[in-house]
Amino acid sequence: MSETTAHDDAHHGYRAGGVKRWLTTTNHKDIGTLYLVLSLIMFFIGGAMAMIIRLELFQPGLQFIEPQFYNSMTTMHALIMIFGAVMPAWTGFANWLVPMMIGAPDMALPRLNNWSFWILPFAFTLLLSTLFMPGGGPAGGWTMYPPLVLQTGEAFPFLIFAVHLMGASSIAGAINIIATVFNLRAPGMTLMKLPLFVWTWIITAFLLIAAMPVLAGAVTMLLTDKFFGTSFFSAAGGGDPVMFQHIFWFFGHPEVYILILPAFGIASAIIPTFARKPLFGYSSMVYAAASIAFLSFIVWAHHMFTVGMPLAGELFFMYATVLIAIPTGVKVFNWVATMWQGSMTFETPMLFAIAFVVLFTIGGFSGLMLGVTPVDFQYHDTYFVVAHFHYVLVTGSIFAIIAGAYFWLPKWTGHMYDERLGKVHFWLSTISVNVLFFPQHFLGLAGMPRRIPDYAVQFADWNMVSSVGGFVFGASQLLFVVAIIKCARGGVKASAQVWEGAHGLEWTLPSPPPFHSFSAPPDPATIEGGMR
Amino acid sequence: MTTAKIQPLLRGLTAALALAPLLAHAEWGNLNLPHGVTPYSETVYELHMLILWVCVITGIGVFGAIFYSIVRFRKSKGAVAAQWHENTFVEFLWTAVPAVILVVMAVPATKALIMMEDVSKSEMTIKVTGLQWRWRYDYIDQGVFLYSGLATTSNLARQLNSGIDPHTVENYLLEVDHELVVPVGRKIRFLTTASDVIHAWWVPALGWKRDAIPGYITESWALIKEPGVYRGQCAELCGKDHGFMPIVVRALPEAEYLVWLDQQKAAQKPKTAAIDQGNQHIAATR
Ligand SMILES: [Cu+2]
Repeated sequence: MSETTAHDDAHHGYRAGGVKRWLTTTNHKDIGTLYLVLSLIMFFIGGAMAMIIRLELFQPGLQFIEPQFYNSMTTMHALIMIFGAVMPAWTGFANWLVPMMIGAPDMALPRLNNWSFWILPFAFTLLLSTLFMPGGGPAGGWTMYPPLVLQTGEAFPFLIFAVHLMGASSIAGAINIIATVFNLRAPGMTLMKLPLFVWTWIITAFLLIAAMPVLAGAVTMLLTDKFFGTSFFSAAGGGDPVMFQHIFWFFGHPEVYILILPAFGIASAIIPTFARKPLFGYSSMVYAAASIAFLSFIVWAHHMFTVGMPLAGELFFMYATVLIAIPTGVKVFNWVATMWQGSMTFETPMLFAIAFVVLFTIGGFSGLMLGVTPVDFQYHDTYFVVAHFHYVLVTGSIFAIIAGAYFWLPKWTGHMYDERLGKVHFWLSTISVNVLFFPQHFLGLAGMPRRIPDYAVQFADWNMVSSVGGFVFGASQLLFVVAIIKCARGGVKASAQVWEGAHGLEWTLPSPPPFHSFSAPPDPATIEGGMR
Repeated sequence: MTTAKIQPLLRGLTAALALAPLLAHAEWGNLNLPHGVTPYSETVYELHMLILWVCVITGIGVFGAIFYSIVRFRKSKGAVAAQWHENTFVEFLWTAVPAVILVVMAVPATKALIMMEDVSKSEMTIKVTGLQWRWRYDYIDQGVFLYSGLATTSNLARQLNSGIDPHTVENYLLEVDHELVVPVGRKIRFLTTASDVIHAWWVPALGWKRDAIPGYITESWALIKEPGVYRGQCAELCGKDHGFMPIVVRALPEAEYLVWLDQQKAAQKPKTAAIDQGNQHIAATR
């Protein structure tokens, strides 16, 4: 994608070429590209681990890998996908889009921006290197519950430091986005005129700043428990293993919304564009996202209903959890109302966005079911949970990432992507992802626990179906790579507006946009008239 | 071209959602929660079906509206976009109606939870201890305990490339060497704990699972109505053999249970006597 940013403004002066350009860049588009490329690589590494998992689960009995390695695959798959694929993708989108959407030349803190990206390759090298260490990679689950996680071999401190680095990177990225949005908005771009992608990202950034240090604290306590004789989480030393779960999920639940809120922003950009109709309920979208973020801090214990909390605690967390259904419902209804009486066309971004709304809603339904404590005593730690969070993470976050990529690729590269390829990618992905994850609801309800390498024979049929779906879904993502490379290399020239129904400042810039997005503030009249 | 493709997809999804409970009613047990054999498991099943139906009906509404929009409001069919983007009444409605539905659902959920957490009036107590990778059951006040691990037949078959087809092994991965034997018709209190890492004790037919946590002893209860054999598994990741620590509960009529208990007591007397002696010895030397 090097042509993307080949334009240089005369006043900018020296720019390194080759590798040095990417190492030293402080440009928001270069850094956005770096984040997105890293995210794509991690998506395939994490995906390869998922393929190994589905291969072993293809039939009962152990055919390919030992249980310990299986456990390290599930653990690493989760860590890589969450911290390596989805979170960097969002930061990549934010880098590319936030300055263009608010009428700014670049991010507010360009050097911090460079640094926050370049931490990540080291973090993931550290994490992935554990697979080759004595004792193997971390295998206690991405949730790192003690005492089990303390049984990790030599990988343990590497796991902890990798998590620290990922956290530091996310916090730096979040600070940068907040600083950019609060300081670099063009004249006339008031908060309630911000595109929803920017809104959802500010809220996400605050969640990151509040949640990531909590995770850092929790894993640091694990580290001192292991190496420095403390017993924060060791019952034998007067500590409390359940306290780790409380701290972890105090991070972990906001983290869930860190992964999904920017997806809401992307859907809110794409659906009005292809429905050629303004987004329904802009302000209620903002308030819904904010209430979801607030609620995300008071529902953490619904991940641990089965630890045996007092009745009052279980009731509180159940009520708070099901309450989230209301603002989430508002969002879904608003998207549907946006399509209603629109004039729709179905280019690839719109197809992925519609699939996102439908399939994320299915994940929302199972989430509501899981929030009801007495029934969660059955669902908890089964494949029903696996189905739930893959519907919200894969067909939620990742579908939104793919939708957003197709939507803005023409803007970023200056070329249209191959529409036919995009559609084939869409149909293969959407059908196979449901073959992959829908049967897992049945498996969970029928009694299959999660995180097991082998299972009783009554679960064999649906596991085989699920694995077949998984292989097809994995393979179809190669089409995505082909589509991206083709688009970066050339194709039909994209206009500035790209999409007939597109509104917003980024569509007023040429495709690809200049090196410094807005060297002069955009016309306030464009902001007043063009934003919807 | 797109309609033709998206329509069957959406229809399929809605159908799949709607189908799950229908099939379940036809007792295709492999798709749905079991009814179970305790009053609590029945309550949970009904609550599960209630929420599932609420979701299915909401889903039909939402997905139906999307589907209708896709068919009806297409540019290719000459649809012209309206420009409205707010409607206070509708927005109020779709905030308030879900709120009311949630409150209605919260009532039976609260009742079920209160029922689950009420361990009073229990008639016997079994302590369940999770350890890597088996269970220990202590019949409190009976002087009887037993360890329960994966049966040898399953254990041989589950080795990497064992060459044994799991389909030929009876109750593959769900069979143990020593079953937990309990009486029917008695309210049994379970005390759950662990001695190394966290495990979770789960028998779906009882309607709940409970984490077994080192340093914690938590209470739950079950009243099994029908004699039978009920199988479950450890549900919390506990290391490499997490998938291989099943649970088998054999519920016997009261009289048969008492016979079994006496046999166990007789068999374990030497063991317990030795432990008692040891304890006395320790006490004496203090
Ligand atoms: Cu276990």
